[in-house]
Amino acid sequence: MITFQLNGKKVSLDLDGDTLLLWALRDELGLKGTKFGCGIGMCGACTVHVEGRATRSCLTPISAIDGAEITTIEGLDPAGQHPLQRAWIETQAPQCGYCQSGQIMQAASLLKDFPEPTDRDIDAVMGGNLCRCMAYVRIRKAIKLAAAELRGTDVK
Amino acid sequence: MLKQSLIGLAGAFVLGLLIFVALAWRSSIAPIEPPAAASFPPDLVAKGEALAGAGNCASCHTAKDGQPFAGGYGLVTSFGTVYSSNITPDPETGIGRWSEAAFARALHDGVARSGKHLFPTFPYDHFTKIDSDDMKALYAFLMTRTPVRSEAKPNTLPFPLNIRMLQEGWKILFFRKGVFEPVAGKSDEWNRGAYLAEGLGHCGACHTPRNGLGAEKKGKTYAGATIDGWIAPALTDASTSPVAWSEAELFAYLRSGASALHGTAAGSMSDVVHDGLSKLPDADIKALAVYLADINGSSAKLAGTDAAVQKAVATSGLGFTNEPDPDARLYASACGSCHYNSGPQPLAARPELALNSALTLPEPTNFIQVVLKGVGLGEGMPNVMMPGFAQALSDDDVARLAVYLRRTRTDLPPWTDVESKVAAIRAQASAAP
Repeated sequence: MITFQLNGKKVSLDLDGDTLLLWALRDELGLKGTKFGCGIGMCGACTVHVEGRATRSCLTPISAIDGAEITTIEGLDPAGQHPLQRAWIETQAPQCGYCQSGQIMQAASLLKDFPEPTDRDIDAVMGGNLCRCMAYVRIRKAIKLAAAELRGTDVK
Repeated sequence: MLKQSLIGLAGAFVLGLLIFVALAWRSSIAPIEPPAAASFPPDLVAKGEALAGAGNCASCHTAKDGQPFAGGYGLVTSFGTVYSSNITPDPETGIGRWSEAAFARALHDGVARSGKHLFPTFPYDHFTKIDSDDMKALYAFLMTRTPVRSEAKPNTLPFPLNIRMLQEGWKILFFRKGVFEPVAGKSDEWNRGAYLAEGLGHCGACHTPRNGLGAEKKGKTYAGATIDGWIAPALTDASTSPVAWSEAELFAYLRSGASALHGTAAGSMSDVVHDGLSKLPDADIKALAVYLADINGSSAKLAGTDAAVQKAVATSGLGFTNEPDPDARLYASACGSCHYNSGPQPLAARPELALNSALTLPEPTNFIQVVLKGVGLGEGMPNVMMPGFAQALSDDDVARLAVYLRRTRTDLPPWTDVESKVAAIRAQASAAP
């Protein structure tokens, strides 16, 4: 039995420890916000937070997160009003939207380590999150907007 | 004439054998009634618990998913697999009938209560340095554990290596018995660190290379060695770390499992920190740091720290622009989101690869191990995990990452034949019990 905190609630799963967190979230726990992209940790669509840090759920067996705190896009903000989510809407960042939950989870982790991210910081940390619609310019803009709000300043 | 010489030779051989047997013979120490746990004062037991942490006894004396201290962990050596013994106070299968004298003889001389010689996989060559007060405390701690009935697994040493009496020969050649002697002219703190590192801590068991007979090489103390599929890096001035292992860096690493300028403890070193050293007070960790920072000559390297950190962080942004190098793209996709730093100091939760021994050691062994297996939440830096890429990356992918990072993050000569080394480590991991 693997037990962990998911978006603030305790969940227990009676699954093989090798089950990937991505499939546990989507198929067992019904949280479909986290997406399957490449399955080999190269695209970022499956990004969730493990203990507050962005982690590729397609590489993470549930045995590795026993007892840990997991946050998915559904739990980033209870009302879906995280500054990044609002910035995403304001800048109309997504196009098809498939990669966006992974992008936002990665960006939330980015802003913890780099509260005032430069273009270089954003390109490096977000470089593992692919967007087939090429919305990168708007994603970068949204991240800067959210970063400014979190710092309580205007976008430079 | 020939007949006489042969008789003479045979006589000399028999005489030699008799002398050897006489030297090797150890009497048994009488069994005792297992002492009641309540007969040991709690403060002595508590002291013993911390010391057992320093010795990381549980790590070898606990089988995977087994009861603590009940033995059965197989240590794979080039001679065969040696299984650890049950050191719970079970009277039949453990050390319940061992007197304190028998226990002390095992640690000081490498001889079991029955009189049989122990194999040096049990590092009595280090434990011989333990003083009598600490010995009492260790005995009190182990004799108050929950007894577990668990028979020892038979070792797989081939004949004649399995003849215990021959261990006397090994001892004559390589073993020097004796409690730790403080070094004059060094501080009490330094000597405490030396006592812990050289004795109970048995750092040399992994970090000192061994000779063909499995003994730590004289004159090569802490020079670094390959053990259990990992490299235990040099703890001397032969360290390949770009930044000095200063007292502060050593303290951070040994106390928390990570330091910002060196990275996280992985492999069995993570167990040493989190299962062993975590039981020791800050003062002992500081003493270890003082001792290790002295013997590695870090003071000479300290002045270069800022420059080395700047240089490392400057490489951290490489690979993220739209460059055509497919290896850089692979790095940017798989690794960069967690490992990129912008400086001026790297963040501990973002191990800076240019400063990490995984990239600066002469072989890619540790790099490959960490990429394949990852680092668990309870390992290295607590609550920061790296997923393993064993299922995601091919041998060629891992090799490309290794070669690319070695080339762009260090000035060191390139690693060779990396792909086959990845394959070998992968095969070893899947064959592990």
